[in-house]
Amino acid sequence: MLTRSIGEISMTVLTSNTIEIRSGDDVVRVRQEVRSRAVESGFSLVDQTKIVTAASEIARNTLDYGEGGTLLIERLEEVGRRGVRLTFEDQGPGISDIERALTDGYTSGGGLGLGLGGAKRLANEFHIQSQPGKGTRVTIIRWK
Amino acid sequence: MPNNDKSLADLLATHEHEILQEWQGLLKASGALQTGRIKESELATQCRNFISQLRGALRPDGSLDKSSDGYASLKSMLGEVSRSRAIQGFTPSETASFVFSLKQPLFNAIDKGTRAADAKASYIWQTSLLVDELGLYTIEAYAKTREDIIARQTREIAELSTPVVKLWEGVLALPVIGTLDSERTQTVMENLLQSIVEQSAEIAIIDITGVPTVDTLTAQHLLKTVAAARLMGADCIISGIRPQIAQTMVHLGVELNVVSKANLADAFALALHRLKKAIVSVKQAPSGRQSRYVSPEDRGV
Repeated sequence: MLTRSIGEISMTVLTSNTIEIRSGDDVVRVRQEVRSRAVESGFSLVDQTKIVTAASEIARNTLDYGEGGTLLIERLEEVGRRGVRLTFEDQGPGISDIERALTDGYTSGGGLGLGLGGAKRLANEFHIQSQPGKGTRVTIIRWK
Repeated sequence: MPNNDKSLADLLATHEHEILQEWQGLLKASGALQTGRIKESELATQCRNFISQLRGALRPDGSLDKSSDGYASLKSMLGEVSRSRAIQGFTPSETASFVFSLKQPLFNAIDKGTRAADAKASYIWQTSLLVDELGLYTIEAYAKTREDIIARQTREIAELSTPVVKLWEGVLALPVIGTLDSERTQTVMENLLQSIVEQSAEIAIIDITGVPTVDTLTAQHLLKTVAAARLMGADCIISGIRPQIAQTMVHLGVELNVVSKANLADAFALALHRLKKAIVSVKQAPSGRQSRYVSPEDRGV
């Protein structure tokens, strides 16, 4: 069990596991795993659906644009609340203009262009780091 | 190789009976028959065939002659045994132990039938290599069969889970169950469009009660299906959007510019309304509990 302090709040990671995202089937597995972790953390049906959908969006981005990568799923506990943190990492081409990637309707593929922005709205906390040529890391947290 | 000792194939022939006895004993002891998936007589036949095929595949020095006919038939026989076991539901170790449990009887036979220590060691080494190779082949054949089963089931699921149902003259329903990944969406779309033509349907209801997650890709697939149906002259209604999915879709910013209803019954009622039909209660007894279909014209609407 890992305990670390961010300011004065101590956050505990209850469980963590990693999933490889290499094919379309892995996106299905991501959804199933995230749903199980959300159920374990006592999420309501709406919260489960939100984090699962957000995970599905980012996992597909990792696969389609990041050339595949990994997802770290962690169940968190803080004073008075529980949550699930998802960290998606890839070593793909990266995003040159994050602002634009987060804009609704913008897509460099053939999608609706709502995935990244939608995932941000579905999560309580959203961080994205990307460096062209190095890869992308997206972290989202949803609290119960 | 000392000449006064027999070749491995001859050893097998001389001690065949003992080897078979011991082998079958070991297989029984390991519980091969306990599950009842295979009969004792069937197992005995498999063992006998295996030994006789093995004899045909051996070179005088005890190694496997991979170019011989015996080797080919040994492999095909072993493949058949693995396949049937994979289908009967044996575990991989149960399947592999069919071959691996032959090691001990073979070693015992070599021990009894060979005098010179160097010949003994050489035979035991050869036998060990041979049994390992055949054991690995068994596992490969087993895995191949299981993969075939999985591939077949995948195809079955893809077909079975996308039936298009005719609800009424001109009204089709497509109950989608499971994940709408791209490969299945293709099947769903083809089935629906084909049925629209066949039934000359005017309204198609896509029910997504059985879809656990609707993300932007799923939404996009749905919208494409709806657009294609429209081009064929059919209007689509989407039903079965559960509350949590509705909320999530709003956050995602997905707009389905399609008429949608909470459940299939409401969607069907809307479809009938559009076709200027309605379901009304029958007033007269005795079949008063049943509903009868009356068109609005008949009711004077």
